[in-house]
Amino acid sequence: MDLSAINPILLIAALMSAATPILLAATGELVVERAGVLNLGVEGMMIVGAICGFAIAVETNSPLAGFVAAAAGGAALSLLFALLTQVALANQVASGLALTLFGLGLSALLGQGYVGVKPPRMGDVNLGPLAEIPVLGPIIFSHDPILYIGILFVAGVWATLKFTRVGLVLRAVGENHDAAHALGYKVVRIRTLAIMFGGALAGMGGAYISLIRVPQWTEGMTAGVGWIALALVVFASWKPWRVLLGAYLFGGIAQLQLNLQGAGVAIPVEYLAMSPYIITIIVLVILSADKSAAPGSLGRTFHASS
Amino acid sequence: MKLTTFLTSAAVALGLATGVAADGHEKTKVGFVYVGPIGDGGWTYEHNKGRLMVEEQLGDAVETVYVENVAEGPDSERVMTQMALDGADLIFTTSFGYMDATINIAKKFPDVKFEHATGYKRADNVSTYSARFYEGRAIQGHIAGKMTKSNIVGYIASYPIPEVIRGINAAYIHAAKVNPDVEFKIIWAYTWFDPAKEADAARALIEQGADVVLQHTDSTAPQAAAQEAGDVVTFGQASDMAQYAPFPRVSSIIDEWGPYYVARTKAVMDGTWESTDTWDGIGAGMVGIGEISDAVPADVKEEALAMKAAIADGSYHPFTGPIKKQDGSDWLAEGEVADDATLAGMNFYVEGLTGEIPQ
Repeated sequence: MDLSAINPILLIAALMSAATPILLAATGELVVERAGVLNLGVEGMMIVGAICGFAIAVETNSPLAGFVAAAAGGAALSLLFALLTQVALANQVASGLALTLFGLGLSALLGQGYVGVKPPRMGDVNLGPLAEIPVLGPIIFSHDPILYIGILFVAGVWATLKFTRVGLVLRAVGENHDAAHALGYKVVRIRTLAIMFGGALAGMGGAYISLIRVPQWTEGMTAGVGWIALALVVFASWKPWRVLLGAYLFGGIAQLQLNLQGAGVAIPVEYLAMSPYIITIIVLVILSADKSAAPGSLGRTFHASS
Repeated sequence: MKLTTFLTSAAVALGLATGVAADGHEKTKVGFVYVGPIGDGGWTYEHNKGRLMVEEQLGDAVETVYVENVAEGPDSERVMTQMALDGADLIFTTSFGYMDATINIAKKFPDVKFEHATGYKRADNVSTYSARFYEGRAIQGHIAGKMTKSNIVGYIASYPIPEVIRGINAAYIHAAKVNPDVEFKIIWAYTWFDPAKEADAARALIEQGADVVLQHTDSTAPQAAAQEAGDVVTFGQASDMAQYAPFPRVSSIIDEWGPYYVARTKAVMDGTWESTDTWDGIGAGMVGIGEISDAVPADVKEEALAMKAAIADGSYHPFTGPIKKQDGSDWLAEGEVADDATLAGMNFYVEGLTGEIPQ
C-alpha cells in the first residue's frame, strides 16, 4: 500500500470534473420534477446531447458552440417528451423510457461519422492570480468553464425556486396542478418550459462527458449516468444544494476508490467498487430525515377539463 | 451524403431481410448477443465484424440478427429466448457473463445450437470458444516493460475472471522478464463498457505515475485519456484502435472471430455441428497483433515480433516455468509449460504482483 502515490489536489480536481455530468443532468431533472413531471428520459437526452455537442464542436472547432448545440439537442428531444405527455397526455413513465431508448438509437445514428475523431479541447478558465494560490488554485480555480456553469446553475435554480415568483409558480404547478390551473396559471406551458430546461441541462451533461471527460465519441458512452442523476434527485429530496452534495459525494468517492485501488489499499475491491453508491445513499437518506416529500403532482397527468 | 448512404443501405438491408432463399430452403438464422454497442471500437465491434463476414461469405443462405447492449445475467436470457423463438438455428453469446444464461436457455431449446464465448460450461448443444489473448498480452508485457520509464505499468481490469487474470499474469511475467523493477498497478473497473469510468481509471493510474496503461475493458476511452496526458503508452484492446496510432497506441491485440463464425455457421448448415471447445491463439489466426508503431524502438519491435513468431509456431509458450505463484509456492518448474485446464480456471497471481484478486 502506498497512499503517497495519491495526489489529493489532483484527486479533488478530478472529482469535481467527474461529478459535473451528473450534477448538470440532476439539476435539470430537479426542475422538471418540481414542476410535477417525471421524465425518465434523462439518459436519452444526455446521450443525444453528447453527440450533438461532439459533432458541432468538431465541425465548428469550438467547444463552446458544442455545448450550446448539446443544450439545444437535449431540449429538442425533451420537446418530444413534452408533446407526448403534455399534449397527447401519454403516460410519463412509459414516455420517458421510450425517450431513453430513442435517444440511444438516434445518437448512434448521428454519431456514425464521428467515431475516432478527436474533439477540440476546451481550455480552462483563466482566473489569473487565483489559479496561482497553492493548493486552492489547482483545486478550485483551474477548471473548464462548464464546471463553474454547473455550480452556477445549482445556485440559480435554488434561488429561483426559493425567492422568485417564477419559482413559486413552478412549485405550485408541481404541488397541485389543479389549484394552479384554477388560479389561472398555464400548467402545460410551464411544464413544457421546465421539461425543455431539464433537457438542455441533460444535454450539456452528456456533452461534458464526450467533450471534456473522455474526450471522444463512443456509442452509449453515458453508460447509465442519467439513471444515477434520476436517483440522485430523489435521494436529494428535490433540493438543489443536496443534489450538488450528492453529485460531488458520488463523483468523489468514485474517483477515490479508483485511486485507492491503484495505490493497492488493503480494502477488498468489492467494497471499494460499491462504496460510491452506498455512501451517497446513506448520507442523503440521513439528510432527508426532515420528511421533505415529493412534489404533490409528480408524475400525474394534467388536463384542464379534470 | 451520409443520410443518403444510410437510406440506401437500409433499403438494401430491408430487401435482403425478407423471405426465403431462392431454392425454397429456409435460410439459416444466426443470432448474436452483444454485451456493448457495436460502436465501442473494441470487443463488440470485432464480434460484429465476424458477423458481417458470415453474411458476406455465406450470402443469401444465412440471415443474421443481433442485439446490442445486453446486460449480463437474467436479462440476457430474455434476449436469447426471443432469438430462439424467432427461429434462430445458431446463437453466439459473446460475453463471459452470459455463461449460465446460455446453459439455461440451451436446455429449453435442444434443437438450437449455442456458442458461448470465453466460458467453460458446455452441453450437447452448447459449444464454447475463446481466443488465447494471453499470447498477445505476453507481447504487450514485453513492450510495456521496455517502454516504461517510471517502471509503473497501469492495468485497467474489468471483472476478476480467469480470462482477465490470465492477461494480467502473462503481461506481468514478460514485463518483469525484461525489467525486474517493473510494478503493476491494477484497477478493477467492474464493467466491460463505461467510457467515462474507463477514462477516469486511466487518469487515476497516470496520476499515480503509470506511463504505460494496459486495458481489459472494451472502449477506446483509456486511449483518449492517455493521448491527453501526452507521454503515456497504450495498446489497443480487442480491436486495433488504430485511430490512436502511432502514439499513444503502439500495438494491439485484435480478435479475429470471422473465420470461426463462418466455419460454425457452415457446420450448422451441413449438419456437422458438434459441441466443442475451441481455444485458438496467434498460430491459428484467432488472435492478431496490430502493427507495432514506430514509437517503439526498432530492437524492441524486433524482439516482440520474434516472440510473436515463436508463439505462433508453438516453440514458445507464454507460461513457461520457472514461475511461482504470488504466495511464493511453486507453480511451474523449469521448462514446464502450463496446461490448458489450469489456464482456463486461473484464479491466482504470479509472484511479483501485488494486491489481491477480488473474490
